[in-house]
Order: sequence, then C-alpha cells, then structure tokens
Amino acid sequence: MSLSIWLGSLEQGLLWGAMVLGVYMTFRVLDYPDLTVDGAFTLGAAVTAQYILLGNNPWQAVLGAMICGALAGLITGLLHTGLRVAPLLSGILTMIALYSINLRIMGQANLSLLREQTIFTQVRDITLLGPWGPVLLGLMVVIVVVGLLYFFLQTELGMSVRATGDNEQMIRSLGVNTSTMKLVGLAIGNALVALSGSLVAQYQGFADIGMGIGMIIAGLASVIIGEALVGNHTLFRALLAVIVGSIVYRTVISLVLQLGMPATDLKLLTSLIVVVALAFPLVRQRLGFRSLRLRGEQVAETGQCAQDLSSRRG
Amino acid sequence: MLKLDNVHKIFHPGGVNEKVALRGVTLHVRPGDVVTIIGSNGAGKSTLLNVVAGVYEVDTGKVILDNQDITRWPEHIRAAHIGRVFQDPLRGTAASMTIEENLALALRRGRPRRLRRGITQAERQLFKERLALLGLGLEDRLTTRVGLLSGGQRQALTVLMATIATPKILLLDEHTAALDPRTAATVLELTERIIARHRLTTLMVTHNLAQALHTGNRTVMMHEGRIILDLYGPEREKTTVADLLKMFEQASGNAFTYDRVLLSGS
Repeated sequence: MSLSIWLGSLEQGLLWGAMVLGVYMTFRVLDYPDLTVDGAFTLGAAVTAQYILLGNNPWQAVLGAMICGALAGLITGLLHTGLRVAPLLSGILTMIALYSINLRIMGQANLSLLREQTIFTQVRDITLLGPWGPVLLGLMVVIVVVGLLYFFLQTELGMSVRATGDNEQMIRSLGVNTSTMKLVGLAIGNALVALSGSLVAQYQGFADIGMGIGMIIAGLASVIIGEALVGNHTLFRALLAVIVGSIVYRTVISLVLQLGMPATDLKLLTSLIVVVALAFPLVRQRLGFRSLRLRGEQVAETGQCAQDLSSRRG
Repeated sequence: MLKLDNVHKIFHPGGVNEKVALRGVTLHVRPGDVVTIIGSNGAGKSTLLNVVAGVYEVDTGKVILDNQDITRWPEHIRAAHIGRVFQDPLRGTAASMTIEENLALALRRGRPRRLRRGITQAERQLFKERLALLGLGLEDRLTTRVGLLSGGQRQALTVLMATIATPKILLLDEHTAALDPRTAATVLELTERIIARHRLTTLMVTHNLAQALHTGNRTVMMHEGRIILDLYGPEREKTTVADLLKMFEQASGNAFTYDRVLLSGS
C-alpha cells in the first residue's frame, strides 16, 4: 500500500474519530443505545455544506453543526425522559425525522463544496505541511475534543453522567436528576457525531443524504476494536481506545477495498465485525456492552425460567 | 424528625395485580431514634422505606421530614436529606467507577452538579480517613474500581457513601441480608458505629429478629400494610425473640411458619 493510502486511513480515522467518541459517549458512558447517530452525522454535514455555500466561515459551520447535533440529541432524550419512549425507539424516531430535515436543509440529496473554502482547503494551502496538512488538522481537532471530554468526564457533572449510565438507581438516591444527565450525555454525544459529519463533509468536499447510513455500526465496530486493542481500564485509555479503534477500522476498510472488495459490501462487513465481537463471550466480558447484550440475555433467561417452570409442572 | 401520617399505598389499583402495600401507616420518629422494622414478606416494610425515599408516591397521607411536607417531592430532591443502603450490594455503588469517584458522588448528595473538579485533594484526604475507619484496607485503594470489590466491601462502602454527607435520616433496607454471616456482622457493626458517631435518625428493615431487638432503641412490627406493634423503652428490653414470634402468630392468626424468620430467630 502506498503512503497516500495509509495517510488517507489515518485522516479518515481521525475525522470519523469524533463520531466514534460520540458513540462511545452514548453507548458506553451513558449505556443508552442511541440510534440518532445516523441522522446526526448527516445533519452535521448538511448544516456545514449549506452554511459554507452561503459564504460563511467554515469554522463557524463546524460550530453550527455541533449545536444542531446537540439539539438532535436533546430531542431523542426528551422523547425518552419526557414521553417515556424506549431508548432504542427514541433514537430511531429522531433519526428518521432527521432524514427529512436534512433534505430540507440541503434542498437536494447532494451538495458539493468543490470550489468552496473549507477548513481543509485552508491547510492544504500551507505548502510547508506538504501532504500532512489534513492529518495534522484532524489530529489537532481530535486532541482538543479528547482533552475536553477527558476533563468533562471528571467534573461533578461528567461523573454524574457516567454514574447515570452505570447505576441509575444509585445516582438518583444521591440526589441527581437522571433525566437531566441523559439529556446532557445525549446532547454531547450527538454534538460530537455532528462535528464529525461536518469535518467529513469538508474533507471529502460534499454532503450526501445517505452518508450517515450505518454510521452507528461503524462507530460500534470502532469502539469494540479499540477497546480490544487498547483496553478501557482507565478513562484516558478508554478515550485513546476510541481513537485507535477508529483509525484501525478505517485502515481495515481501506485494505479490504484495496483487495478488491466492492465498496457496496462494506456495511455487510461492518455488521459482521460487530456480530462476531458480540458473539464471543470472552470479548463480550471484557467489553461489557450491557445495553446491547444484557437485555437480550435477560429476555432469554426469563424465557428459560418459564420453560423450566412449565416443564416441572408438566 | 420524620412523621408519616395515615399513609396509604396501593399498587396497580383496580387491576388483577392490585396489591395494598400500606393501609394507613402512622409513624412518628424522633430525632436520634434508630427504628428497626420487622414483618413477614409483603408486610410493607420496603414500601414504607421507598415511600419515605420518594421512590413511590403515596396515594393518601403525608410524609413530613423535619417539619417540611415532602409528600410531593421527587426522589432526587428528597435525596438531599436521605441516605439509603439497599439489600443488594450491587445497587448502591457504580461498578465501573473508582472508590474515590463513588465517594465524591456521594459527598455531593443533594448539591447541584457543576463543571467543577469532581474530586479535590482535600476530599481525597477525607475519604482516606473515613475509609480507614471501616478497617477493610480500602483507604489504600482509592483508585480501584468498585466492581473489583467483594459484596461485603461494596456494602460497607455504600454505608459510608450514604452517611458521608450527613443525612437527616438513614434508610437501611435489609442491607446485610445478602452477605455471608461474618461479613453481615462486620457491616452491621460498622453501621452501628457510624450511626452512633453522627447520631443518625435511622429506619432499618431486617428479617433477623434478634438483630431487630439488639440494634437501635425502637422496634416496629408490620403486618399486611399496618404497624401492629411499636416497642421502645423498658417494654422493648423485656421482649425476647420468642415473644416476637408469638406476636407474629397472633397477628397473622395462624401458626407462624415463615421459615426465614424462624431460621434467623434461632
């Protein structure tokens, strides 16, 4: 593989890394299976593309995308905490609604940023950096985001969000409104996803209505790969794992594409990675994806109990 | 300190699963009272604690804490004044977080959570001192994840967490029932020490009749959602486990065969 492909994987891993951080925030920290991600990613891209096309500063577009992403997360959270919609469904509802909203924002299914000023055209103009400009920019963004998240998760508020994901009853008995914490976590998670959508749109020079499809599974696959490689024994390691996982995932994708796999089969491959990871008890034990497996197991166990009982009676 | 005034609670009213949990419970707990609550399964003991904690809203009646009517306060607001320890050691702590993080969360019970440092150095010192009092060696393991501790250690930590920001009232819901006898004795002993140290007003549900008579200064017996016995002072001192069993029998109107109570009474 040539340097440019390695460089490309690294760039993509960093830019999509913000999305994986968002998935980590909702799925792992908050233990909330949030499917808003698919919609929020496209939302970030759509807002950014339209905002830049209107002749605005690309960095402002990034900020705007994050705010919109946070709002999307808030809506999912309000559906759950206010209207008592199940977590999984609340995310799906927002995701589907966002499809229409994203089309409204873009006005068409695809917006090109080819001749526009983006944060990447700005760094590509710096000749000193050569081909490393986008990587350095991605790295800079990721370092800032990881750093902020690392500090946030150790504040009073951040610790309460983590405790809400870990043991809701306990943290409520310690006087924390867990509904508020879920809103905070979902807003941050989806702001990060939208940030990633914004970066990716500017990186590849277009926003597309379908670009967020399957994003949640790509994010999960990245988190799983990262935690298997780096571990999650401390907060810092867990965050590092997310970024490493994202880069490794994008590299694997580049490799299989190089080997001649059709790009249209990628989503199948990604799903399989997640299924295999969740199927292995050892991996599962180490990663402990409670929201994904436990509920299914509980259902299976209750079914088992009912069977036992009926067989005993019989 | 705590007044329950004619509290009624019915679960699933009108449905096939209708269950009357509390039928007119009136209880006046004085400051510093340590009340043990006994009764067979379904007597309403846990419901009583949950009604005080605000997990369930009462149907009728009033809950008054320190002259404030808290009947309509949601759980997380009441939590500012109430420390709780559950029966299951896993329920009182966050397994994926460290000992110091759990304690820091508990220390801020009832206070708003802001974007400030979650744990300060001064607090770490406080945690070490308090953990040392438990005598379990946890003071040297501040950054250990709670999930790695044993059930007894977790329950001891939960007792400390429930009391580290001094509550107006402490609720213990069979908090030693899930532990092995030796660990249970240790946890109970340190609970009593902490209660004495801070003169905490306490409600403690227990299935162990001997424990109910030896711990605290007052014993309340519940049956089918009512308080049928309220013992304190010299009268309580004269009461034996055998007496309590007899009263149980009278109350339920038939020979008392609840094995858990029989076992724990022996």
